[in-house]
Amino acid sequence: MSTLTREGRAAGESRAQPRSGDRLSDQHDQQPPDEGATPPGGRPDDAALEEMGNPHHGRAVKDAAARVVMWGAFGAVIVPLVWILYTVVSHGVNLLLSSTWWTNNQRNINSGDTGGGARHAIEGTLMMAGVTAVIAVPIGILTAVYLVEYGRGPLARAISFTVDILSGIPSIVAALFVYAVWVTTFGIERSGFAAALSLVLLMIPVIVRSTEAMLLLVPNELREAAYALGVPKWVTVVKVVLRTAFSGIVTGVLLGLARIMGETAPLLILAPYTKNFQRDLLHGNFPTLPMMINQDRGDIGFATAAERMWGAALTLILLVLLLNVIGRVIARAGSAKT
Amino acid sequence: MAKRIDVTDLNVYYGAFKAVEGVTMTIEPRSVTAFIGPSGCGKSTFLRTLNRMHEVIAGGRVEGKVMLDDQDLYAPRMDPVAVRRTVGMVFQRPNPFPTMSIYDNVAAGLRLNGVKNKKTLDGIVESSLQGANLWAEVKDRLNKPGAGLSGGQQQRLCIARAIAVQPQVLLMDEPCSALDPISTLAIEDLVGELKNEFTIVIVTHNMQQAARVSDRTAFFNLRATGEPGRLVEIADTTKIFNNPSEQATEDYISGRFG
Amino acid sequence: MTGVPVVDEKPEPKGNAPLGGDNASTARLGDRLFGGAATASGVIVIAMVTLIATFLIVQAVPALLDNQENFLTSRAWNPGGDQPGFGILEFLWTTVVAGAIAMLIAVPFGVAVALFLTQYAPVWMRGPAAALVDLLAAVPSIVYGLWGLITFAPFFRPIQGWIESTFGWFPLLAQTGITGGTILFIAVVLSIMVVPIVTALSREIFAQTPLAHKEGALALGATHWEMIRTTVLPFGRPGVISASMLALGRALGETIAVTFLVSSLPNGAAWTWSLFNGGETFASKIANNAAEFSNPSRTGAYIAAALVLFVLTFVVNSIARIVIERRKAFSE
Repeated sequence: MSTLTREGRAAGESRAQPRSGDRLSDQHDQQPPDEGATPPGGRPDDAALEEMGNPHHGRAVKDAAARVVMWGAFGAVIVPLVWILYTVVSHGVNLLLSSTWWTNNQRNINSGDTGGGARHAIEGTLMMAGVTAVIAVPIGILTAVYLVEYGRGPLARAISFTVDILSGIPSIVAALFVYAVWVTTFGIERSGFAAALSLVLLMIPVIVRSTEAMLLLVPNELREAAYALGVPKWVTVVKVVLRTAFSGIVTGVLLGLARIMGETAPLLILAPYTKNFQRDLLHGNFPTLPMMINQDRGDIGFATAAERMWGAALTLILLVLLLNVIGRVIARAGSAKT
Repeated sequence: MAKRIDVTDLNVYYGAFKAVEGVTMTIEPRSVTAFIGPSGCGKSTFLRTLNRMHEVIAGGRVEGKVMLDDQDLYAPRMDPVAVRRTVGMVFQRPNPFPTMSIYDNVAAGLRLNGVKNKKTLDGIVESSLQGANLWAEVKDRLNKPGAGLSGGQQQRLCIARAIAVQPQVLLMDEPCSALDPISTLAIEDLVGELKNEFTIVIVTHNMQQAARVSDRTAFFNLRATGEPGRLVEIADTTKIFNNPSEQATEDYISGRFG
Repeated sequence: MTGVPVVDEKPEPKGNAPLGGDNASTARLGDRLFGGAATASGVIVIAMVTLIATFLIVQAVPALLDNQENFLTSRAWNPGGDQPGFGILEFLWTTVVAGAIAMLIAVPFGVAVALFLTQYAPVWMRGPAAALVDLLAAVPSIVYGLWGLITFAPFFRPIQGWIESTFGWFPLLAQTGITGGTILFIAVVLSIMVVPIVTALSREIFAQTPLAHKEGALALGATHWEMIRTTVLPFGRPGVISASMLALGRALGETIAVTFLVSSLPNGAAWTWSLFNGGETFASKIANNAAEFSNPSRTGAYIAAALVLFVLTFVVNSIARIVIERRKAFSE
């Protein structure tokens, strides 16, 4: 067995017949296969094999380059995240620390005035999200139950397909649809409730898909165990399947809420902003954080309005983040148990 | 040319867990060495250290020495990629690349090494498939997906893929455990032919298989669950099966083991 | 028969009510109510989508019939009045081009980040790093709009100036005199918004690449990158395609951020192929003119535009769906 070094080859080995002994000695030099390692059943001629002497360093360089590219891409994606968060926090944090931000509304506060708070918009956003959830969550969960526990055949496929369509509908289209029904067809005034209806359309597919994924994770053995005890199917679904998947479903609901809370387009069309407290979802204008941002963006020439805008944006981000964090904590707690 | 493997005082760890302890053995070139032993005794783990595949699993590391002739596989500047290029491996379950045709599967390793010439590839693909006793069965459908073959054919395809890059050593990790008896026989015949060209190490659960295909046999065992696996003895296969030196080996061979 | 759900063991006549699939329990009142509620919810979802399509069509048609211009090829936008004339060519161009460029940027980045999270990052880092990328998805789009408008635009302006002066000879990059809210700028902001969508789905499927395939490649002497190229990327390709389609759907429909950023063009502005032109997308045009919804004919024009956007996103999402289904069939 020859174990020639690089000098050995330099001393006289032809490129076509290097020994594989030095293949391992230098990671930057991938050698052609040794003559002895002929595969059974014949071998191609030497001249053809010469091509295998592809220098390994080309491959190592590519490998290293790929590594750099992946790290670089991650860095590049983190830059805007940090930049955005820094922008919002640095401009908005002062207002959030002021005493009135969490308690007051913007009544009688003009664009150039300071003071007031975002309480009305925070309450409005939460109320609207609550109403949306009250409608969307039962429909979403029951639809997922149908798809997983009952659905077979064409109806299930049709439902699954429409859920996909629904999840792809742009928020502005959902808003325009509600406008077409609510305002144009029935002549009802624009209101917080109308906006909530369009948010329902956006939230349902999120709930269906996340609940469906969670129900599919429930092992069939659990269902069979319940059936074997003579438990009716609906009790099995409610008490065994849904309970087992509970934390996952809650997480899905919270993430769905987080998604619709930041939606602005439906509010723009269906729920005009007011600076006052508003508890009536069915009549009149309705305050929300995105619309507060939108309002103050219009008066961005005023430093006070600009600051309010960033303050409202930061509040909205915090609200959405809070839901995300709670959702993930619940998901983790739930998965740790099982 | 097939190479000899010398292992000295090898310990294998996964994180803090010591999976294999103190293995010293020599694996002869152009022969078949079988690793036998109960489940969890570390034989597969040890096998993977021979081409540094254990490093694929997070936390996997070794202490000790593995020499391939006079090359230290764990020398600081040694590239695991080059090691694996020289020490090929066939896995427990056949794992042809599902998105590739039969031809592309066999050519995969060559293409990685920069072989682009169609004629060269054709030649090596054919000779490798013949070497794996698969050529006659697939020569008319080289462009069909490899995943469409039967389990036994897939495994031979993986062997063809491994020998196409003409390694020095071929490691086989229970290559027949997912196959039916007839496919198993085909692989065993193949192993017998391949040992003329390669150093072969085969892990098997099946003692009859070890007796049929191997020249030398190594028996691995562990003292108790949670303890690291260790090499009990290695000797000629006839000796291990007829007249082992260790009581533990004899107990295992004769079925008196747990 | 163990491991098979009871429902599957019952033979089910085709086309029957799904409840008929589980004969054991249909007779009970509770089962009927609960199963009925589940079915009803599913039917409600179907009804919603049907209603959306129906209402949009019904309210768009009268406006389209009165339209004096060609709806698909005209660049004019004069809805309402006695002689309404409107066409969507400009919105279609801006929407599709901005979406396409956003994809050109977001897909490579999203895939690279997904590979980073599944194949390159040290294990301890994967969870937190993925959470950071998800955080990018959690930022409301209105905040992207603000950031783009106020912080990022001044930063982008010199870059645009440099591109214009260097590559201005190329029609797509010709100078237009518009400095803020160009198609290219909107595309860049959109790409940042959809990267986490591409990453999230791609990450999921990359992580599912069977270890056996990866080990097969490594055992042949593949480098880490070659292993990814031969196993992870081919395995994940359908996932990447459908992720990209979903992201494209999101980019096409994104409303508020684009509305903040866009430079609307005056009626009758000269046509240019330049990416440094302004121009509304479907979504921003509708949102910017919400106050104009005064009479049915006016509103009808916007609803017609929404209908086109609906069809556009529907097609894109259907492609994603088909690709996912194909993969399911392939892997089973």
